Amino acid sequence: MSEQLTTFSFNNKNHETALQILKRYPEARKQSAVMPLLDLAQRQNDNWLSRDVVEYVANYLEMPFIRVWEVVTFYSMYYTKYNGKYLVQVCGTTPCWLRGSDQVAKACKEMISPEQNTLSKDGLFSWMQVECLGACVNAPLVQINDDYYEDLTYDTTVNILQSLIDGKKIEVGSQSGRKSSKAVS
Amino acid sequence: MLKEKDKIFTNLFGEEPWSLQSALKRGDWDNTKSLIQKGRDWIIDEMKKSELRGRGGAGFPTGLKWSFMPKDPNLNNYLVVNADESEPGTCKDRDMIRNEPHKLIEGCLLASFAMNAHHCYIYIRGEYFNEAVVLQKAIEEAYEAGLVGKNAAKSGWDFDIYVHRGAGAYICGEETALLESLEGKKGQPRLKPPFPANKGLYGSPTTVNNVETISVVPAILKRGGEWFSSFGRPKNTGTKVFCISGHVNKPCNIEEEMSIPLKELIEKHAGGVTGGWDNLKAIIPGGSSVPLIPKEICDTVLMDFDSLSEVKSGLGTAAVIVMDKSTDLVQAIARLSHFYKHESCGQCTPCREGTGWMWRMMEKIGKGNASSSDIDKLLDVTKQIEGHTICALGDAAAWPIQGLFRHFRDEIEEQLIKKTRAA
Amino acid sequence: MVKVKINGDECEVKEGMTILQACEEAGLEIPRFCYHDRLSIAGNCRMCLVDVEGAPKPVASCAMPINEGMSIHTNTQSVKKAREGVMEFLLINHPLDCPVCDQAGECDLQDQTVAFGPENSRFDENKRSVDEKHMGPLIKTYMTRCIHCTRCIRFADEVAGVNQLGALNRGENMEITTYLEKTLDSEMSANIVDLCPVGALTSKPYQFEARPWELKKTETVDVMDAVGSNIRVDTYGWKVKRVLPILNEDINEEWISDKTRYACDGLLTQRLDAPMLKNNGRLEETDWKLALSELKNLIEKTNPDKIAVLLGDFVDTETAFLTKKISEDLNIKNIECRQEGCRIPFNHRSQYLFNSSINGIEDADCILIVGSNVREEAPIINSRLRKQVISKNIPVGLIGENFDLTFDHKYLGNDVNILTDLLNEQNSFHEKLKSASRPMIIIGQSVLNRDDSIQIYSLIENITDKFGIVGEHWNGFNVLQMSASRAGTLDIGCYQRNKSLVDILNEGNKGNIELVISIGADEIDYSQFKNSKIVYIGTHGDNGASAADIILPSAAYTEKDAIYINTEGRVQYANKASFPPGEAKEDWKILNQLSELMSLNWSLIDLDDVRDWLFSSYDFLDVPFAERDQRFVKLLENKTKDDNEFEQKDTRTIKEKKYDTLHGNIKSFEENSAQKIFQLSWKELTDRQREYLRKYNHPETWSEFTEHSGFKVVNDIKKKNNIILPYEEQYARSLGKKWDDLTYNQKKWAYTKRNKNNLIGLADDADFSPEGIVVISDNQEAYYAEPKDIFFDNKRILNSIKDFYVNDSISRFSKTMAECSRAREEIRNPIREKVS
Ligand SMILES: Cc1cc2nc3c(=O)[nH]c(=O)nc-3n(C[C@H](O)[C@H](O)[C@H](O)COP(=O)(O)O)c2cc1C
Ligand code: SF4
Ligand code: FES
Repeated sequence: MSEQLTTFSFNNKNHETALQILKRYPEARKQSAVMPLLDLAQRQNDNWLSRDVVEYVANYLEMPFIRVWEVVTFYSMYYTKYNGKYLVQVCGTTPCWLRGSDQVAKACKEMISPEQNTLSKDGLFSWMQVECLGACVNAPLVQINDDYYEDLTYDTTVNILQSLIDGKKIEVGSQSGRKSSKAVS
Repeated sequence: MLKEKDKIFTNLFGEEPWSLQSALKRGDWDNTKSLIQKGRDWIIDEMKKSELRGRGGAGFPTGLKWSFMPKDPNLNNYLVVNADESEPGTCKDRDMIRNEPHKLIEGCLLASFAMNAHHCYIYIRGEYFNEAVVLQKAIEEAYEAGLVGKNAAKSGWDFDIYVHRGAGAYICGEETALLESLEGKKGQPRLKPPFPANKGLYGSPTTVNNVETISVVPAILKRGGEWFSSFGRPKNTGTKVFCISGHVNKPCNIEEEMSIPLKELIEKHAGGVTGGWDNLKAIIPGGSSVPLIPKEICDTVLMDFDSLSEVKSGLGTAAVIVMDKSTDLVQAIARLSHFYKHESCGQCTPCREGTGWMWRMMEKIGKGNASSSDIDKLLDVTKQIEGHTICALGDAAAWPIQGLFRHFRDEIEEQLIKKTRAA
Repeated sequence: MVKVKINGDECEVKEGMTILQACEEAGLEIPRFCYHDRLSIAGNCRMCLVDVEGAPKPVASCAMPINEGMSIHTNTQSVKKAREGVMEFLLINHPLDCPVCDQAGECDLQDQTVAFGPENSRFDENKRSVDEKHMGPLIKTYMTRCIHCTRCIRFADEVAGVNQLGALNRGENMEITTYLEKTLDSEMSANIVDLCPVGALTSKPYQFEARPWELKKTETVDVMDAVGSNIRVDTYGWKVKRVLPILNEDINEEWISDKTRYACDGLLTQRLDAPMLKNNGRLEETDWKLALSELKNLIEKTNPDKIAVLLGDFVDTETAFLTKKISEDLNIKNIECRQEGCRIPFNHRSQYLFNSSINGIEDADCILIVGSNVREEAPIINSRLRKQVISKNIPVGLIGENFDLTFDHKYLGNDVNILTDLLNEQNSFHEKLKSASRPMIIIGQSVLNRDDSIQIYSLIENITDKFGIVGEHWNGFNVLQMSASRAGTLDIGCYQRNKSLVDILNEGNKGNIELVISIGADEIDYSQFKNSKIVYIGTHGDNGASAADIILPSAAYTEKDAIYINTEGRVQYANKASFPPGEAKEDWKILNQLSELMSLNWSLIDLDDVRDWLFSSYDFLDVPFAERDQRFVKLLENKTKDDNEFEQKDTRTIKEKKYDTLHGNIKSFEENSAQKIFQLSWKELTDRQREYLRKYNHPETWSEFTEHSGFKVVNDIKKKNNIILPYEEQYARSLGKKWDDLTYNQKKWAYTKRNKNNLIGLADDADFSPEGIVVISDNQEAYYAEPKDIFFDNKRILNSIKDFYVNDSISRFSKTMAECSRAREEIRNPIREKVS
C-alpha cells in the first residue's frame, strides 16, 4: 500500500454490507472478501472499477494494490471501464451457437453498436460476446446486468432491447414462455 | 423411465416455490436430526453403499472421498460446494440452486457433519446472481428455523454455511483454483500434492463437492444407499440430472436413471433430434470437455461413466450437446477451443501457449486454409498439452479436438481439398 | 533416508526432497525454468517433467516430493517428448531476437533450446507481442520475451519483501508488471535481472553495452556497504561494464543490492587521473615526483601535533595499515577513521563487529534493532533478517526512527528511556528478550555517533549482559557498520582512543591543525580547517578533492588487489579487475613512495610484503574466519563441520552455473578432475574433495587456478601424477593435439590466452614452472609490479589452497602453510631479480 486516491468510499448501506461480508471469513483471512467487496464497490460505482475504487478496496482489506489488481484483471466480471447502463452479454459458446446465438449478436450489432465493448450512441448500452453462461438448455441467451433472458431469437432480442430503451418492463427468463428448463410440452 | 416417485428433484423446474415452507412439504429437512444421530460412520457407510460418484465431472466415488478427511476434532475441516457450473452444456446445478436450495443446504449439513466440518462455503459462479440471491435467502430461512447455525436442526452439531460468489472464470470450477479464489486470489490451480483433503482452504483439510453430489445426499440417507444404487448399473448408480441442449426439439434438464440409453434419453425427454434421429451427426455426451461421438455410437451407447469411457468419451457433467447434420463440426469445436483459450488461467506453459495455438489452427481448418499435415500438427499439439499441465483444463482443451478428428477426419480432409480446389 | 530408483539405479536420498533435488543428488540434471532453490515452488513452466512408475502422466519433478520406493525415469521417450513440447510452447510466442538481446550468451531459453528444443518451428501464426513495462531506471523490460516463470514475482514477494510485482490478466494475455508500472520499491530490485531466465528483464544501464563472451570476469568483493558482498566484476578493457553477484552462502547468498550493482557507473566519471598541486588558488596537473616532494616538504616543516590524518569509507586494510605506520613513524597522533564522529573507546574488536555473523541471523530467535534502518544500511543483511523473521516468525523490536523493514516488527519508540525501561523490565518487549535463547541486538551507526553515545552504549552493554545476548554458545551483540573500510581501519587502530573527529575539527577551527592528510575522507567538513593545507589521496573529484591543495590520484576498489574486512570481521580479498586511470596508482604504492622519500626504510617491494608485514603485526587477521573469535567456535561445532571451514567461492554467475549444469559440464568435468587429481571416481571422494572440485569446477576457474597457483605444490602434483589440467588439455585438443605434443610457444599461449586482453607478450623464459610466467602488460606501469599479480600467488588463492592442504585428510597433499610460503618465495625471488 502506498499513496492512494481517496475519492471513493462505501456509502453507508454498503459499509454495513461490507462488514457483514467480512464476517463470513476467518478474521485473519480478510483477503477472502476481496471478490465480494470488489463486486459491491463496482455496483456502487456505475458497474465499473476505477483505480481509486480498486485502491480503496485494497486498503480496506490491507492488501497490496498489485494483488487486488491481479484479481480485477483475472476475472471477467470486473470491468475497468464504463459499459453503459445496460451491459448486454451474448453467450457465443457452442450450445448457444448451435441454436442461433449469431442472430442474437446480430441484433445487438444493429441495435447497440457494430463493435463489441463500445457504448451505443445514446450511451445506454454496450454489448459483448462472452463464453458459456451456464444456461445451455435455454439457449440462446443474453445476460443484461444481473438478469438472464433465455430462449431467444433475433426478434425477441430486438424486442428486449427496444423495451429497455422505452423503459418498458420485460419478463426475465425464458422468452418462449416455458418454466425454467422444463421441456416445452 | 424413472418413476415420479423415485425422482429426487421434485421441484427441479420451480413449479412450486423454493421456500422452506414449500420445501418442507416436499420432504426436505425431514428428520435430519435422526440422520445425524446415526453418526459419521453410518453416513459414510451409507454413501459408500449408494455407490454415488461425484457429479462434478470426474466421477470420483463420494463416500470414499469423504472417508479421506482427517477425523481429528481439533482440525478445522471445511466443506466447499462447487457451484461454479461453467462447463459448456451444463446447467443442472443452476436449477437445483434456484428451485431446490433446501436440498443443497440440508445436504451440506449432513456432509459437513460426516466430514467433521463446522463450516461450509458454497462457491457459486458470479453470473448466477439471481440464483445466489435465492440461495442466500434460503440459508437465512434455514438459520431462522434453526436448521443451520448453532446446534443445527437440534442435532448438537454447530454448523455455519456461507455463499461466496465468483466473478467469471471457468477455471474456478477446478477445485484447487476454487480454493485459491475463495482465499481472495486469482483462480490458479494449485500443485498437488498436497491434496485438499490434507491442505485445502486456509491450509485446513477440505473436501470439494459438486452441488448435485451434495443435493442428493439427504435422499440417499433417508431412503438408503441401496435404494440409490438400485438405479443404473453397478458402479454407475443412482439418478442423474441430464442437460440436453443443441439440436433437439425440446431442450431440457431432466432427472433420469443412470445408464439410460442416450437415444432413449433424447427421444423420450427432449422431443428427439431436430429432423429425426437419422438427421443426427454427433453428440458431445458430457459437457464440452469430453470427446464427441458420432451417430453410430449414439445409437447404442448408455449414459454412464463406464459405457462412455469405453467409447473414448466420458459422462463428465452429463451435459448432452446434440448436433444434427446441418452442423459445421469444425466450427462447433473451434468455438470450444476459443472457450478454453479464453478460460486458461495462464499459469502453466502448455495450456497458456497451447490453447491459443490450437484455437488458431482450428479456425484455419474451419476456413479451409489448411492441409492434412496441419491436422497432424494440431493433433500432435493436443498430445503435447494433454497430461503435461497442472490441472485438467489442458486435457479438457485437447480432448474435444482429438474426438473430432478421431471420428470425422476423413470428412474434414475431403472438405479441405474441396475448399482448396475452389480457391 | 529414503530409497528410490532413478533410471534403474538404486540410490538413497534425504527424506523430504523433491524428485528434482534427488535427481540432482544422483548427478542428473533436470532442465527447469521456474524452479529456483531460493524461491517457493511454482511448478508452472512444466519443463522438469519426469516419468514416475505408476503415475498416469509425467510429473513436475520440482514440486513432487519423493516417496520410499519411487522409481523415476528421466530419459524416456515420453520425457523427451514432453520437454520438446514445453520448449516449443515457450518458443512459439517468443520473439527469437537473440541478436539484439542482452541476455544472449547467458540465456536459459537459448541454452535449453539447444539441449532440448524442437528442431524447427511449426508455428505459422502471428506471434504475440507485449508492451514494454516500466520498472524504473535500473530494469529494462522487454515483455514479449517473458516466459511467465514468475520468478521475479516470487523474488519480490519472498526475498525483497515488496508485494509490487504481479501477473495481470489470464491465459495467453498474462503479463508481468508492477502496479501501474511504478518503480519497484526495493534496494534489491535488480536481482530479478539475474533471476529472469530470458531477456525479458535486463539491466538498463548495461543495455547494449557488451556481449558476455567479450568480457573479462573478475571475482572480488563489494565496498558499497560494510557487508562485503561477493561480486563478479565484468570489464571490457579498462571499463567496468557490470557487477554481478556471486554465491557466498555466508554473506550475500546470491543477491546483491542495487547500489552494489550499479555503483560501477561512477567508476568511469569524475576520476582523478593525475597528481595536482594548487597554484595561486587553482589546481594544476603535475607529476608524481613534484607532488610527493611537495607533500614531503609540508610534512617536514609541520609539527606532528598539528597534522591530522583522516581515513574515508573505501580505504582498504593494507592502506589503513601503511597509513597507521606512517603516522606512527612520524609521530602523528591525530589519526581518525570514524568520519561520523563516533567517540567510543573500544577495548575489543567484538565491540564494533557484527558478532553473530550474517549467517548467525538464521539462529536468532529474537531481534532488537537499535537506531538502524537496516534496509537501507545493509539491504543484504535486511533480507537475511526477513528470511529468518518470516520463516521462524520471531519477534523483532525497533528502537529509534521507525522504518518499513519489509517484515513485521514492534516499534518501541525513539527514546533513550526505552533502553532503560528494557533494562528495568518495564517495557513489554523485555519478555521476548528474556524468553529467547538466542536473542540478538543490532546497533546502528546513528547510535554510536550521538553525543550521549557512551551512555547509550553502556546501557546496551548492560542489556546485553542481562538478557544473555552474549552467552557461551552465542554472541548476539551486533554493531552494524556502514562502510567497507570501517572494521579494518578500526582493527588496525586508525582512531584516537578518547577523542573523536569532532575534536580534530575543533582544533582545526581554532587554527591548530596545519596539515590534513586525507585518504579518501569525503564526508568531512573541510571548511573547519582554517589554516591548513589539505592533501587528498582519492579516486574521485568529490568533496575532499575540491578542498585539496595537493591531490594524489589513487585506485578504486575494482582497480586493485586489497583486503577488506566486513562488518562481521571477516577478512576478504578483493581482486583487481581493471587498472587505475591515467597516472593514478594503488594507494599502498603512493604511501610506499612517500615512505621512501621520507627515508622510513620500509623496503617494501610488492603488495605481498605489505601483507606479510600486516599479518605479522595483526596476527588475528590471517586465520580462517571461523577460528577468528573463540566464542564462535562452539556455536560452529553445532553446525555441520564442513560448513565453515573455508569460504565457498564459485566464480560462476548463477547463469553460468546453470549453463554448465544443463550442458552436463559439471558432471563430466567433475568426474574427469576427480580421476585426474585424486585418481578416484566422483562417488568415492570425500565431501571435502568434492567441495574442492566444485569450487573450481568451471573450466575458466580451473585455468585461472592453475595459472595463479603456478608454484610448487601444484606443479609437484602435476609432475607426480602427470596431470594435465582440463583447461590446458582442452586447448591442446582444440589444436588437434595432446598437451605433451604442444610446442613451447603453444603451451605458453595456452597459459596466457585467457588474459589476452591485458597482455601483449610474454617474457622469454615464460613457462609453467616454479619460476612462473613473466608477463608484459600493455600498461607499462604494470610491467614492474604486476606480473606476479596476474599469474602468481594471490592471498586468496593461497589461503584456499592452504585450507585445502592443511585440512585435507589425504596426506600426500598435506602441505603446510610454511611450505606454501616457501614455495611462494621461490617464485618471487627470481622476479625480484628481474625487476630490479
Ligand atoms: C477446468 C475444470 C473445471 C471444473 N469445473 C467444475 C464445475 O464447474 N463444477 C464442478 O462441480 N466441478 C468442476 N470441476 C471438477 C472439480 O475439480 C471437482 O472434481 C469437483 O468439484 C468434485 O466434486 P464431486 O466429487 O462432487 O464431483 C472442474 C474441473 C476442472 C479441471
Ligand atoms: S492447465 Fe491451464 S488452467 Fe490449468 S493450471 Fe495450467 S494454465 Fe491454468
Ligand atoms: S521447474 Fe518444475 S514446473 Fe517449472
